[in-house]
Amino acid sequence: MQYIPNTDADRRRMLNSIGVGDVSELFEQVPQPLVLDRLLEVPGPLSEMELGQFMGDLSRQSADLGTYAGFLGAGIYDHYIPSTVHAILGRSEFYTSYTPYQPEISQGNLQAIFEFQTLVCQLTGMEVANASMYDGATALAEAALMASSITGRGEWVVSNCVHPAYRETMRTYAWASGNKLVDAGRSGIITNLAELCSHITGETACVAIQHPNFFGALESLREVEALAHKAGAIFIVCFDPISLGLLKPPGEFNADICVAEGQPLGIPTGFGGPLLGLFACKKRYVRQMPGRLVGATADSAGRRGYTLTLQTREQHIRRERATSNICTNEALNALAAAVYLCTLGKHGLRQVADSCLQKAHYAVKAVSDLPGYEFPFDVPFFKEFVVKSRTPVAELNERLLERKIVGGLDLGKFYSDLAGHMLLCVTERRTRAEIRALVEVLAE
Amino acid sequence: MSAEPTIFERSSPGRMGISWPQPDVPEHPPVEYLGQDNIRSELPLPELTEVDVIRHFTRLSAVNYGVDTGFYPLGSCTMKYSPKINEEIARFPGLSRLHPYQDERISQGILRLLHDMQVFLAEIGGMDAVTLQPAAGAQGEFTALMIFKRHHERVGEGHRRIVIVPDSSHGTNPATAARCGYEIRKAPSGPDGLVDISALAAELSRDVAAVMLTNPNTLGLFETRIVEIAQMVHDAGALLYCDGANMNAVLGIHRPGDAGFDAMHFNLHKTFSAPHGGGGPGSGPVAVKSFLEPYLPVPTVAFEGGRYFLNYNRPESIGRVHSFYGNISVIVKAYAYILNLGPEGLKSASENAILNANYLLKRIAAAYDVPYGERCMHEFVASATRQKAHGVKALDIAKRLMDYGFHPPTIYFPLIVPEALMIEPTETESAETLDAFADAMLAIAKEAQSDPEVVRSAPHVTPVSRLDEAAAARKLELRWDSTGD
Repeated sequence: MQYIPNTDADRRRMLNSIGVGDVSELFEQVPQPLVLDRLLEVPGPLSEMELGQFMGDLSRQSADLGTYAGFLGAGIYDHYIPSTVHAILGRSEFYTSYTPYQPEISQGNLQAIFEFQTLVCQLTGMEVANASMYDGATALAEAALMASSITGRGEWVVSNCVHPAYRETMRTYAWASGNKLVDAGRSGIITNLAELCSHITGETACVAIQHPNFFGALESLREVEALAHKAGAIFIVCFDPISLGLLKPPGEFNADICVAEGQPLGIPTGFGGPLLGLFACKKRYVRQMPGRLVGATADSAGRRGYTLTLQTREQHIRRERATSNICTNEALNALAAAVYLCTLGKHGLRQVADSCLQKAHYAVKAVSDLPGYEFPFDVPFFKEFVVKSRTPVAELNERLLERKIVGGLDLGKFYSDLAGHMLLCVTERRTRAEIRALVEVLAE
Repeated sequence: MSAEPTIFERSSPGRMGISWPQPDVPEHPPVEYLGQDNIRSELPLPELTEVDVIRHFTRLSAVNYGVDTGFYPLGSCTMKYSPKINEEIARFPGLSRLHPYQDERISQGILRLLHDMQVFLAEIGGMDAVTLQPAAGAQGEFTALMIFKRHHERVGEGHRRIVIVPDSSHGTNPATAARCGYEIRKAPSGPDGLVDISALAAELSRDVAAVMLTNPNTLGLFETRIVEIAQMVHDAGALLYCDGANMNAVLGIHRPGDAGFDAMHFNLHKTFSAPHGGGGPGSGPVAVKSFLEPYLPVPTVAFEGGRYFLNYNRPESIGRVHSFYGNISVIVKAYAYILNLGPEGLKSASENAILNANYLLKRIAAAYDVPYGERCMHEFVASATRQKAHGVKALDIAKRLMDYGFHPPTIYFPLIVPEALMIEPTETESAETLDAFADAMLAIAKEAQSDPEVVRSAPHVTPVSRLDEAAAARKLELRWDSTGD
């Protein structure tokens, strides 16, 4: 077989050396009634060539964002991925390695993660970033757990304008860990500060807000920060990394912890995974932080090198007293984000953010000028916006699909009061011609 | 090669690694749209050209060891070879460039794949239903324990507050149980390395929610009395969980569901050849028996009336554990691996993994203690106790192996073996590789007697010598700083 080098001759030699006649004697430990007496019912085998063909056919049964123009965002974004990202991620010295527990032969991975941590700090204006979490949703849930361990309090207040799937994940984690999720405070598509405030008490561990929020709108971070800190709660900001090419970073709003979905940073939409949880905090909370951290140190000859550090927070050392149960994270996607941020750099990230901003605002004007459409919530936004339509959103999306356009999100599916509203996203990949095509179909 | 400076030290004002198209829509100053208050004043990212970026990360890759570099016998981690065709397939546009919220009618291919995978994993584990949502093994454990917790709440057994883990368990087991609000009790291993049944019986009570076992366990031994254990656990009203980290030992040979486990997770990045990516992404699907199916996270992938769809209509579900549906590209690679090998191939993979481990055990036992038996499943745990008498620890042996060109085994785990060297060769290594590794281990054992200092001061030929991990924790430097910190 292709991936099993042992030949029959090898096997005979090895069995002789072990002193058994047949390989089945080696698993005699498995009691006979527990040994499967038939073959597994799975398909295959397929040769490499047949496999490629079969999977190619399967691939062609879905419509991909290479052939369809996507105006769908809502947490996963069709941004351009520079060629450098794939070139580096394709290096198997990186992708076939394990977690760098043995630093002397893992310096490449360790230094790359150290640089990733630095880049996340530079982007967010925070002091410390970890080596990644699974995704935006679990990063937010872990941030809330961390807030509970810092404050000793059990209530997590989250704005209803945070991504619905993130709030659902928080709800699951809160229930499991014996904490309480308070999901409140929305007027239209923006956080209702007075209502949010009414839920913040002496039991509040954290106040979590997304900026730009699920609807693409900018929130009043300064006000939320004041509310959170006045109550002695941890202030958590969930951000869009691309937006930070232009927007003031969470660190400048005195965020205690900030988290994000890092997928926009050079990671394919991938039907929603694997993703990249970004996680940064103030340095004074580093010992309560979940996940791996890479630190700089020196070798026995005094040369600079990198190693995993503060591992006494982690499950393989601290077991039930660990700050989190996370082990495997999203290291390769963290590498992708590092390569992405280095490739774009200071100017490139600003340009991509500006391009999203300009195109989204061009699109909102074009759509809301159409009869039957309006832009009902006039709040500042970045690359996503909500339009209201007289025609049901599902019907619009159907029409768009016929023209090879993936339309916006039907908000009624997540918020009953927002039925008839569509969340559209315009990234730098959308051209003026594609936006015009969208507008044309909507106008029909 | 001289040490590579950080990427930040390569930065030079005015450089950029990408070119963007000319604007094709009218432009306005960002401040008009966002307001002065929301605009950042500076963006302190580095400035580099494409060449700088590629050279830097290529040079970093040159000081990193992967399975493609050489033998990686890291116990518990199943560092098998990752077929290249699967990397290629995972990048097919119809499997990778899809939006999770795009219409199900234009996502039938990927939904079919996910649905098939649920079916395959249920069959391989001897279970009834599967969620693909957990992003890693530890999150799979977490998902399963929440499923247990919800089940106990539903059947009026919500008072159960204890989870039992063996003293040989992975750290994620107790860490996960704690995260679910459970108290942790330890079940000791007996002298044979298996669960001490009478000690386990003494811990079982009406307060126990679950027992978490790895089978074969972390010593590479099959829990021969697993049926009896399952009976005891169930008699006490508790549930039995299988940490599937060691599934590479039993593909097509044994199914945890048949032994009485109620739920388990798979590590697709171990057993099913998806690469580890330097620590992730992984994928940790959970398989359960039918009575737990209602509690699986939302959504699951369903098939009805000739179409595949995401099923959100699951009122008893524990909720969501991921932003979307899981680590899809990892699942795609595992799916391709299963189709590639087929039923005979999967069984053959496990058989050869067991053969390789036993062969290596036999050879290494010539110079090292192997405290638990002369047979193993897919991995075994040796001990450097003999070498320690010469002042050479497991850590030193691990570092010295690097000089011989090998990645070290897992060390100091499981905790019940002193100076543990946990070795898992996998089926994708040849007899020649195993012999070369065994030769190195035996040579190091000799060095431990004749020249212990050369082992204690290893590694000698790596890009850096032994790193001061204590200093890293004492004086935290977690990011590059232009001022040199």
